[in-house]
Amino acid sequence: MKKANVAINKDLCKKCAICVHFCPKEVFTIDQDGYPLISRLDKCTGCRLCFLRCPDFALEVETELDD
Amino acid sequence: MPSDDYKQYVAMDRLPSIWCPGCGNGVALKALALAFAELEMPPDKTLLANGIGCSGRVGDYVRCHRFHGTHGRTLAFVTGIKLVRPEIKAVCLLGDGDCSAIGMSHFVHSARRNVDIVTIVINNYNYGMTGGQFSPLSPYNVITSTSRSGKAEPDIDICKLADLAGANYVFRTTIYHVVEMKNYIKEALGKKGFSLVEIVSPCPTYYARYNKIGNIIKQLEWLKDKFIPIEEYNQMKDAEKENFFWRGRLTNRDLPDLYQHTRRSRG
Repeated sequence: MKKANVAINKDLCKKCAICVHFCPKEVFTIDQDGYPLISRLDKCTGCRLCFLRCPDFALEVETELDD
Repeated sequence: MPSDDYKQYVAMDRLPSIWCPGCGNGVALKALALAFAELEMPPDKTLLANGIGCSGRVGDYVRCHRFHGTHGRTLAFVTGIKLVRPEIKAVCLLGDGDCSAIGMSHFVHSARRNVDIVTIVINNYNYGMTGGQFSPLSPYNVITSTSRSGKAEPDIDICKLADLAGANYVFRTTIYHVVEMKNYIKEALGKKGFSLVEIVSPCPTYYARYNKIGNIIKQLEWLKDKFIPIEEYNQMKDAEKENFFWRGRLTNRDLPDLYQHTRRSRG
């Protein structure tokens, strides 16, 4: 099982919410300012689809093997 | 895979980009940078050439060699660059208006000559930078700034055109299919001769709004539903085909490129 950590850079984020809607595990929710909020990090599998789909280089996913 | 390798090709200090929220150009740039990083291409031997338009701004955010050509003529400039410096890997990133309208003849002749260029066409079905006018690739009957009651002209399939003209590698994908996009850009970078990767991209500001597709999320879902693999598409009846578009690899062959022809003719 992979352990992943997601980091959002709010200086680059344009609030398009692609990461929120296309995460297969629904890790993100939207906060009151419209930015993505990492609310269920324990469900993250480290597939990095949010990183690949982010148009603004605002998301980074770090995965580490943990067995 | 180390995740930070792609950053040596991206000018992170110049971000945020000028594109609208959700624009596909940033996704395509990231896929290209990841493909460069996975192939470990040296930035001093890599050229990214752009045309004019929204996609033309991609060159502002890279750290390898970059070249900003005149509208539609980028492929002609890069043909010259490739003949003088054949060791440089050239990638031409064009928009649909840039490539298929004003630059159509350069595009067809670059494919016919089989110049060793990876041409990535980011097709958002309109001219985004100038206000959402239709381009030759906009589908029939769509609403744009210059076709308020539906586009009256038929569109053209540039993938089939490049195939007919003699390109070595032709692939079409969309911004939604990110992993596929990165893998096939990588495959195109490994090919000799003219490669075309057409990436269908969302334009949330004009195309999605005019055609009542909705916001960026709805348009990505539209891309997911409408673009089906080419094998599945070919088995459909003609009436069904009208509602779908194909994606996948159309051409993969190894014809000699322009440089090889030039060397041979000189003896």
